[in-house]
Amino acid sequence: MSENSTNGGYIARDWTRQPAAYTPGYKTTVKRSPQAALLSFPTTLSEETSPVFGHGIIGELDNDLIHNFAKPGESAIGPRIIVYGRVLDETGRPVPGALLEFWQANAGGRYRHAKEGYIAPLDPNFGGCGRMITDENGSYEFRTIQPGPYPWPNGMNDWRPAHIHFSIFGHGFAQRLITQMYFEGDPLIPLCPIARVLNDQRAIDDLTAPLDMNRTVPMDARAYKFDIVLRGRRQTYFENRKEGL
Amino acid sequence: MAQRLDYLKESASQTAGPYVHIGCMPNFSGISIYGGDLGTTMKTGPVTGQEIKITGVVHDGVGAPVRDAMIELWQADAAGLYPSANEARGNPDPNFTGFGRSPGDPVTGEFVFETVKPGRVPFRDGRLQAPHATLWIVARGINIGLHTRLYFEDETEANSEDPILTRIEHQSRVPTLLAKKTGEAQYRFDIHLQGPKETIFFDM
Ligand SMILES: [Fe+2]
Repeated sequence: MSENSTNGGYIARDWTRQPAAYTPGYKTTVKRSPQAALLSFPTTLSEETSPVFGHGIIGELDNDLIHNFAKPGESAIGPRIIVYGRVLDETGRPVPGALLEFWQANAGGRYRHAKEGYIAPLDPNFGGCGRMITDENGSYEFRTIQPGPYPWPNGMNDWRPAHIHFSIFGHGFAQRLITQMYFEGDPLIPLCPIARVLNDQRAIDDLTAPLDMNRTVPMDARAYKFDIVLRGRRQTYFENRKEGL
Repeated sequence: MAQRLDYLKESASQTAGPYVHIGCMPNFSGISIYGGDLGTTMKTGPVTGQEIKITGVVHDGVGAPVRDAMIELWQADAAGLYPSANEARGNPDPNFTGFGRSPGDPVTGEFVFETVKPGRVPFRDGRLQAPHATLWIVARGINIGLHTRLYFEDETEANSEDPILTRIEHQSRVPTLLAKKTGEAQYRFDIHLQGPKETIFFDM
């Protein structure tokens, strides 16, 4: 591999900010968590490259969950919101061309899924998924309805705070991330066994979107800001030593 | 007090949950908004190299198949080039995406990738790595996506000089990374999340 003067490999992941695999408060992790230590290696081209998703795959309503599953002239039921933000890397630079996929429950807290058993009704006009590619500034925006909280089988009375799931592709597969966005002020966040897999309150705060009245559209939709940070690459201004181990 | 370093912190991972397919493979979930699900076709036309099929099952710590996982695969083309915007070494096969996504089968948990045998890709120091694919597994109960690598058991010579395989301390675990050849152009790669057969997972 040629030694490039500006791009080293990806910066090592800060595991103090990431959840452990085994978190017994979230019971399903008990039998789905590796017990051996992860094997650490510097990134190679296999982790520094990533699939290309052109803007051409994005349909006109892919970032409008209020309408992308609704019958013509109808719309999804629930509090109308805009979710917007930027995808940045750890060095603070924007990540343009990042594919974001998002999915969520409807306003009653019900998912459109065969295995979903919650008694809240389906909304015939709400599918629950959307996607977007960040622009040259790393920015994205979509419209949806605010999802409802929902109960789930874990403890005897566990409820998920309202949340939107996000999947993000950056420029390297090392940046691949799936996470969840929470809403500022939700009293269920500190009670949630899934939010609590994070030991660091700052990590939870960084997943909590604040209300932004300046971006709110009067008489239409409130706005929430959600920035996402992906791993960054090491900057090297001097010629690299060959990186053996 | 010293100055502060101005780095941001990577956003924390949260589980993909039981409904990951709604967001990532909506057509598989019965929601038709997009034309098709991403990653279901890795070959968009005639491809160079050996076409192969990879199947496998993700097992949990009691050996049960994980039926609600989503598995992603990322690999080089037959010439060892990545179909990526930042591939600077040459022109990858235009009919090969390098990216696959498969849900576990709702009954058996089996995942399937119809792909090509990848070529060799250099390690950081220029030595060639053995042919491999990156796999990323998410599911309910997995807090952060699990990253592993699939190598091929019939690439004995390349595997014996691979910079990563040869650096693994517990060599008895290396076979967990080797896909078994089960037929002409057919490979099997079972993944064990936990226990005595636990697959090696990476932090890279
Ligand atoms: Fe959820």
